[in-house]
Amino acid sequence: MSGMRAWLLPHRVVMIALIAAFVLWCAWSLNWGWIPKYQDLALQGIWRTLWILAVTSVLGFMLAIPLGLAQAIGPWYLAMPARVFCTVIRGTPLLLQLWLLYYGLGSLFPQFPWIKDSSLWPYLRQAWPYAVLALTLSYAGYEGEVMRGAFANVPRNQLETADAFGMTRFTKFRRIWFPQAIQSALPTLGGETILQLKATPLVATITIVDIYAVSSRVRQDTFIVYEPLLLLAVVYLVIAGILALGFRWLESRVPVKGY
Amino acid sequence: MDQVIELLSFSPPGWGGNLLRGLVHSIQIALGAYGLGLLIGLCGAYGKLYGGPVTRDLLAVYTTVVRAVPELILILILYYLGTDLINRASEALGYGTVEISGVAAGIGVLGVVQGAYSTEILRGAIKAIPIGQIESARAFGMSPFLMLRRVTIPAMMAFAIPGLANLWLIATKDTALLAVVGFSELTLETRQAAVSTRAYFTFFLAAGALYLMVTLLSGQVFARIEVWARRGQPNLRKTGI
Amino acid sequence: MTLKSILAAGVAAIALTTGAAMAEPIKIGIAAEPYPPFMSPDASGNWVGWEIEIIDAICKASELECVITPTAWDGIIPSLTGKQIDAIVASMSITEDRMQTIDFSDKYYNTPTVVIADKSSDIAATPEGLAGKIIGVQASTVHQAYAQQYFTGAAEIRVYQTQDEANQDLAAGRIDAIQADSIAMADFIANDAGACCEIKGAVADDPAILGLGVGVGVRKGEDELREKFNAGIEAIREDGTYDAITSKYFATDIYGG
Repeated sequence: MSGMRAWLLPHRVVMIALIAAFVLWCAWSLNWGWIPKYQDLALQGIWRTLWILAVTSVLGFMLAIPLGLAQAIGPWYLAMPARVFCTVIRGTPLLLQLWLLYYGLGSLFPQFPWIKDSSLWPYLRQAWPYAVLALTLSYAGYEGEVMRGAFANVPRNQLETADAFGMTRFTKFRRIWFPQAIQSALPTLGGETILQLKATPLVATITIVDIYAVSSRVRQDTFIVYEPLLLLAVVYLVIAGILALGFRWLESRVPVKGY
Repeated sequence: MDQVIELLSFSPPGWGGNLLRGLVHSIQIALGAYGLGLLIGLCGAYGKLYGGPVTRDLLAVYTTVVRAVPELILILILYYLGTDLINRASEALGYGTVEISGVAAGIGVLGVVQGAYSTEILRGAIKAIPIGQIESARAFGMSPFLMLRRVTIPAMMAFAIPGLANLWLIATKDTALLAVVGFSELTLETRQAAVSTRAYFTFFLAAGALYLMVTLLSGQVFARIEVWARRGQPNLRKTGI
Repeated sequence: MTLKSILAAGVAAIALTTGAAMAEPIKIGIAAEPYPPFMSPDASGNWVGWEIEIIDAICKASELECVITPTAWDGIIPSLTGKQIDAIVASMSITEDRMQTIDFSDKYYNTPTVVIADKSSDIAATPEGLAGKIIGVQASTVHQAYAQQYFTGAAEIRVYQTQDEANQDLAAGRIDAIQADSIAMADFIANDAGACCEIKGAVADDPAILGLGVGVGVRKGEDELREKFNAGIEAIREDGTYDAITSKYFATDIYGG
């Protein structure tokens, strides 16, 4: 059974009804009085989460392409550093990387007073550049590995045909290699972007007020334990759902035989 | 350099001992959570493959929610909800409050999270077993448990190992999130050491090196396990593919 | 088997595997972050500091068996109400807001709240003195509540999970000022890390927000435990233990008026 009819099976209808009843009960009996007071802050927090996710995913992906290429076909003096970078990023927790960048660099500032006079200082003072840097490097480290596999697995005959057509290396990359690699990597990239979404709450530990930080603030101000966390989980579920649907649409733009 | 070595030495006033203690806690929690996750994953995979429609839908909800909601939030919800439920249950039964150590709570919480991922990995691995093997086992009249032990698990290991190796790395790195909840493990110890001695770079780099060591060692161990799991299967390289 | 016996077996199994089932010792929740000189971890992983010694003395005086249980600061009150800990000893001020959720013992110290900033700056502990500056406070403290009440329009407020993170950022120059407890700040600026900064003055007092001193937090209704702590505090004040411990750390009495 496919599509809409699958949702109308008797057990599904019962389950959906039960879930709806549960949601209504939650909405009615749990303590939601804090929402009006904090909704502006919450919307700002959601916006921050979304833009950090978008910026770091795009920048990280742009960094992952050369990392993947270097490991797939590069000479050893490019492939080795790329490999070391990916291994270190994937081998250490993101929280540690984030704190190393923010507090580690921060501990150097007093030793170099000239930094305060430089033009970078307004950015070094704020927390978001460090968050963007850490999350971008993290995304690039994981995607570099994915793109390495994707670039290596594009069928050799396609590349040979491109050469036979007399395409320059850049044209071959742009029209054959890159699009095919992206297409094969899209399912994994979709999953990894959702993982990046799940990594964004960590920026709350370096004072960026994303939606998780807003929820913490509500919990600390009002001492309510569950309701803010539940709403927070729903927000992330919705964002993840939208991301998953988006990637599925991207994948469907190129029809694959047999599916 | 001397100062770095002094800070990292194992006995006080060096903080190396603290870091190692934190590492031991992290590994304990990771091992426990990984094991619990595998158990839940095996049950989940069986439920998804052979269970009724309601079981399959409930498991789908479980895996989707856990894989979409950030671990940090799941850890908080499960920690408060879990200890609350256990305390209420034990009070209703007259036992008073139950003391749940940080390690046990960390294992429980991360185990539930790992269970969702390992459900998907094990389900994919079991589906990849050639159906003829399962049919032969049934034709032999093997009980389900015997089949699980003799046929399913050995056959699915080769397919599952890459995913499970990744899952182990996720387990070790997720223990760092427990620092935000205040459990004593390597990342929290590192932060406390760094704050007390103001030597941030030293301690964070040392902790990074420790995590990296665990990762690289685990990679070697899993490579060996994969070789053992693939024993008897044709080597792809030698057949010229 | 009945559901009840299955549940009983399950809970007993959990109790056995995790150790003690009966919570006879009192679990004293402390914030799992360094807060010198009141409490900080030393290189062997033990917690030391003025507050640790005071609570040890109080427990001995009231004949309670106390176990120090580090807990994350931002979840410490839910941990208390959820019975993961039995008391809070974390320099937590007695305020009306908190008293709606938990009870407090009598105070065991009371110190003013100050603003610290770089020596060369002209910041003062008033909204005008902080205009256009960035001030850091710790989350879920009276300082955050005060700053959000009085300094919101004038200054940008950055909220940190732990006090030491705020101290770090002040030393790094990322923020211009911190509002926090005077003793903790005096300890910070006495060290190398805080050498940049000095105390700029105390904030205008507001007992409704800043509270009436620091007390031991207990769950609502645990009057017996609360009375034991009160008796312990009174005992160590009278027999000189309080002064002996205080003189080890501070030059003046911090009990407050």
